[in-house]
Amino acid sequence: MGKYISDEDKKLIGIESKPITHDVERGDLRLFAQAIGDPNPLFNDEKQARKTRFGGMIAPPTYVRLLMPQQLPSMDLPNLPKRLLDGGSEWEFFQPIRPGDRITVIASLADLRETEGRMGTMVVRVTEVKYSNQFDELCTIQRMTLLNY
Amino acid sequence: MGKQIYFEDVEVGYELAPVEKNPTTQQLVRYAGASGDYYQIHYDKDFALANKLPGVILHGALKNAFLGQLMTDFAGNEGWLRKLTVQYRGMDVPGHKIACKGKVTAKRVEGGDHIVECDIWLENDKGEKTTPGSAIVILPSRSAK
Repeated sequence: MGKYISDEDKKLIGIESKPITHDVERGDLRLFAQAIGDPNPLFNDEKQARKTRFGGMIAPPTYVRLLMPQQLPSMDLPNLPKRLLDGGSEWEFFQPIRPGDRITVIASLADLRETEGRMGTMVVRVTEVKYSNQFDELCTIQRMTLLNY
Repeated sequence: MGKQIYFEDVEVGYELAPVEKNPTTQQLVRYAGASGDYYQIHYDKDFALANKLPGVILHGALKNAFLGQLMTDFAGNEGWLRKLTVQYRGMDVPGHKIACKGKVTAKRVEGGDHIVECDIWLENDKGEKTTPGSAIVILPSRSAK
């Protein structure tokens, strides 16, 4: 039992969100690549990308940020300090994501703990998000760290 | 994209070709739309100020994407970015240039893969590393061709 996290809250660790499936549209990939200012033809130009070993356009690594999971109960913990910061992400990439793919997204709370920092007690939430394609191949894992303080 | 780099071309200490960025408020709005992240601290100055921020700030995930570009540029069409870790330590604001940089810290062959590990970071126009991280890429090998 911590200052902000109850034993009950801790039980949320490992519970998975309901799966949600998103269609990957070519135009969305291009808009994303343009928004981050990445001119790589792999992410922008189907003709050029066809000449590569990928055989066509693929998504930039962090494109899956657009493919949101269903809300987890840990996103609604009532007692957390109000101020929220994105602490960072760890990504693993296994398979490319392509236009026309149907990506199923499942999130789970991987860690929930309190730490003492410069700004007092901070709540650290690590959410693991898995992105799999229509062939049940795991394409990407993202582990995002959210900080409440 | 430059020409393909091979495993044999890099040694520990090798510096990656930097990627320069000049983020604007317009880019933050575009990124909000393209990523679906509409947290107001990234486009609503009054909201940002009321949250004790210096003004609108860059999305952490946008900085993450910049470092992703650094690595996919390095890996080239024949390489593959396998892992990317990014920590948002400091805030970055639009209207200031930032540079994505990286350095090779280790290389090894594992299960037939030619693996290169890098320290990466984002540096603001004062030379401060606001966003450190690390990355692992698989590069093609001349010996495996």
